[in-house]
Amino acid sequence: MKAGFIERSLRKLAFESDYASGAERIGAGKGLLQGVDPRVKVAGLFGLVMVAAASRQLPVIAVLFGAAFILALVSRIPVGRLAVWIWTPVLFFTGTVALPALFITPGRMVAALGPVSISAEGLHSAIMLLSRAETAATLSGLLVLTTPWPAVLRALRTFHLPVVFVVILGMTYRYIFVILQSAFEMMESRRSRSVGPLARAERRRIAASSVGVLLSKSLQLSGDVHLAMQSRGFRGEVRLLEDFHAKASDWVWLGGFAALAAAVVWWQR
Amino acid sequence: MKPVFELNEVHYRYDQVAAVDGVSLQIETGTRVALLGANGSGKSTLLRMLDALYFPDSGTIQFQGEALTADRFEDDALAFSFRRRVGLVFQNPDVQLFNPTVFDEVAFAPLQMGWKKDEVLARVDLALRQMEIVELRNRPPHRLSGGEKKRVALASVLVLDPEVLLLDEPTAALDPRSQSQVIDLLIGWAGTGKTVITATHDLSVVEDTSDYCYVLNRGKVVSHGTPGLVLSNTQLLAQANLIHGHRHVHPGGVAHSHPHVHPHNHD
Repeated sequence: MKAGFIERSLRKLAFESDYASGAERIGAGKGLLQGVDPRVKVAGLFGLVMVAAASRQLPVIAVLFGAAFILALVSRIPVGRLAVWIWTPVLFFTGTVALPALFITPGRMVAALGPVSISAEGLHSAIMLLSRAETAATLSGLLVLTTPWPAVLRALRTFHLPVVFVVILGMTYRYIFVILQSAFEMMESRRSRSVGPLARAERRRIAASSVGVLLSKSLQLSGDVHLAMQSRGFRGEVRLLEDFHAKASDWVWLGGFAALAAAVVWWQR
Repeated sequence: MKPVFELNEVHYRYDQVAAVDGVSLQIETGTRVALLGANGSGKSTLLRMLDALYFPDSGTIQFQGEALTADRFEDDALAFSFRRRVGLVFQNPDVQLFNPTVFDEVAFAPLQMGWKKDEVLARVDLALRQMEIVELRNRPPHRLSGGEKKRVALASVLVLDPEVLLLDEPTAALDPRSQSQVIDLLIGWAGTGKTVITATHDLSVVEDTSDYCYVLNRGKVVSHGTPGLVLSNTQLLAQANLIHGHRHVHPGGVAHSHPHVHPHNHD
């Protein structure tokens, strides 16, 4: 039986919540990357993302992707989760962007689909774009899946990201769950009072009113949170504590990331 | 000794609705006071005024003999000094817990006060131990139970060791075990001579958490006295919507309706 609007909304909300819970579980797990200082991971993986994005040779990107894949395995990130959370969405999104390149890039024709043809250069461009995107996303995924989000934020502070930016990201992360829970409860409440499929107009009305109520609740919440911050001494400037302690192994990891990036750059001279 | 708070004819309105309507009261240092009232009686607004988050439209509020006014709170030194001495625990812990981890939450206030790193770490550890939540240190607030959230909210305020603790419905939405844990923690903390002001409609916690009560109804103080005196006045409590009549059938088939504070034991 085809799922109704409310059931679909509930499933989507549950999926988002499940994604966040799963990511937190992996981040708190005992894999290899989980034990590395977040600052080292931010610097090292960001460096590799840059190198992957700038690569012009497919074998180089394949090596980087392979390295990311091995790191995911030794960090106990389930391959299925990587496929669902990262590879498939990137494939669809980047694939959509890359698709026109197959047909509009001039060059040697390798296949014809009715009135349009695919050129070798177009195919190469599309594969390069897709492989770069998948590799960069996998490397970024390694960071967020092996590091609790608050630690990622604190690590960003080390790289002089403005405090206000870090605090806003932290609060956004915190309140996404509150609002998600609120949306879930609203939809469940709707379901408990609905029988049978809803008409299209009714679905639109529920969606619009839910968005309105959530916005109104969010505004109320933001006002109260501001008062709670003031009550504990907030005067317009947030102060944070940075308490990382790099170990010898963290320096080894940093050296490893730098060596891999340098080797890839050297390979493409 | 000066009273910790002294309110004189305080008024506060939301748009055209009077939330606090001519309240005058005095709270002595080291006492435990309950502000009793039903939903919408103005007790939460009053608590926020005592925490200098809202300022009166008219009337005066004095804290240890000094007026609390918006103008005076422009001064950072005065504001930090007041925030250091008075702490408010909000009713909804999701409002109070706005940081990504429990540690960040408890460290927030000391950091805003400009305390040194070592002192912040020591005080956070102490607060976590006092509230028995050391194991929650690195957990995000959205993964905590209601009782755990409430204890983290308390720790985030008690970390400053304030002289005055303001509590908005401290036992709301807690299961009985968490309720008694929170009450035990409050009794222990108040036993150190601190002033505790609790806004609540939960009559079952009043005798445990207060020495004196003010009953509010529609923004006005309608009565005050010791918990024993206030709780025995069922007519007053019914007028303030804190209790309501129940229909009872007594042995022998006699049925009648009257307001109750106590459980329904008629055996």
